[in-house]
Amino acid sequence: MKFSMIPQVLGQMFKKPFTNKFPAKYAPGNVTGFLNDVGAGKAAIIPPVETPPKFRGKIQYDKEKCIGCKLCIKVCPTGAIEFKPEDKKIKIYLSRCCFCSQCNDICPVQCLSMSKEFLLADTDKYSKDLIVE
Amino acid sequence: MSTQKTTYSIPVGPIHPALKEPVMFEFEIDGERIVDAQVYLGHVHRTVEWSATRRNPVQILYLAERICGICSYCHPMSFALAVERAAGIEVPERAEYLRVIQAELERICSHILWAGVAAHEIGFDSVLFLSWQMREKALDMTEYLCGNRVTKAITMIGGVRRDITKDMFPVINEGLKFFKDNFEKLRKIYLDDKTFKLRSQNCGILTKEDALKLCAVGPTARASGVKKDVRIDQPYFAFEELDFDYVTPDVLTGEVNGDVYDRIIVRLLEVKQSIDLIEQCVRHISGIPEGEIVAEPKVNKLLVQLKKVEGEGVGRMEAPRGEVIHYVKMVGQESPYSWKVRAPTYNNILPWIPMLKGEQIADIPIVAASTDPCMSCTNRVGIVQDGKKSELTGEDLHRLSVEKTRRLM
Repeated sequence: MKFSMIPQVLGQMFKKPFTNKFPAKYAPGNVTGFLNDVGAGKAAIIPPVETPPKFRGKIQYDKEKCIGCKLCIKVCPTGAIEFKPEDKKIKIYLSRCCFCSQCNDICPVQCLSMSKEFLLADTDKYSKDLIVE
Repeated sequence: MSTQKTTYSIPVGPIHPALKEPVMFEFEIDGERIVDAQVYLGHVHRTVEWSATRRNPVQILYLAERICGICSYCHPMSFALAVERAAGIEVPERAEYLRVIQAELERICSHILWAGVAAHEIGFDSVLFLSWQMREKALDMTEYLCGNRVTKAITMIGGVRRDITKDMFPVINEGLKFFKDNFEKLRKIYLDDKTFKLRSQNCGILTKEDALKLCAVGPTARASGVKKDVRIDQPYFAFEELDFDYVTPDVLTGEVNGDVYDRIIVRLLEVKQSIDLIEQCVRHISGIPEGEIVAEPKVNKLLVQLKKVEGEGVGRMEAPRGEVIHYVKMVGQESPYSWKVRAPTYNNILPWIPMLKGEQIADIPIVAASTDPCMSCTNRVGIVQDGKKSELTGEDLHRLSVEKTRRLM
């Protein structure tokens, strides 16, 4: 067949676009302004595509449970975990984290877990959102 | 005034921002035709192997995953195979099948990605979007099974990290059904469309002798009629118990030409084979009781065990692009003494020379892309003619390719 894509392309004209228009139908000129509008209830945000169960997102740390055994530091491939000797707890720098969840597997008291949060872009790698302690 | 025609040379590479593997080409051009091609390798050194000698094997798994974004499963897995061989670790039966499922899913992803890129190279962008729509489904399945779309982090020495339980089967079956339904559509477009035939038949021919001589691997070698597949020749995982055969183009057309068209056939048929293999594995694992998926579930115990290992191991795997080899030597320390990686692209670069000889400049993108998606080397070409320097960018080269397709139509 000479033009086998034509039926496909014509059919696509009557279908909804595949792309999820996150965060808004048209990219906002000022993202901070747009987010303020969303906060004030003036604009609506189009939600991102749903993540599946067991998605590996931002690490959550239960400080109370942690016993300071340092096993997570031993297996972390990127060296994103720092030990705080004064209170025997850890500090995770998410800007270095590669989201492999190996620390979750090795933790003997299950004080680490992966959340569904994945919107972690930031201009400062030491910002408060990117350090878990 | 001399009327004698001289050839001129086009250097391609070695450094380009989009280049995965810096490689340098020098083409001798006579008008539009390529007279000779030279490849210069060895421009990249990321110290991946050196870094490994300062990490423990569990950390190296994630380092190996980052060697390549498309093969983010077969590199850590063949490293794990090498370590398992050195340490004598037995993998549970269920894990062997789970490993096959992940490997074949990666193959589907990689081959469909490649098919889209190949369509883009000849200026058939609507097919690029159609095939990448299919790939999106494969990535969604990967995300569902492993937790992320690209870096799977599913490998563990002695098994896999995540099980596929009975409640996950409906999603897998639905995905496989989607692939099967859309595969026919894709096959028709790639194999019967006139545009593809015009650009790919009798283009970039690699003979069987050359493929053997230059040690081509994977689909590139099989498209030239060389029956070579690690999954069958030296079975690993559970491939021994599965029913499949070498994919060569004569299965479909009855003849082997070794051209770009044959490489399209091989890759498309392998997608179908992979769908079939995943189905077989899903059938098998539903017969094995759930439970053990890793030899040593406690990672700290595994690290202690690996610390004592002395010896060496080789891990071989059929990656989507061909055979990948990992060599590991352990000397009873926390980190391995040495780690060597041979990726399949390395073997498939030299066959470019016989493929490209006699072709036109506009064929460089599709011929180079036909062995491997790593083709960014042609994104910038500098032409030195009569001492004057001009530059041919990726866009120019792509424009030439699109124009050739239009001319042929």
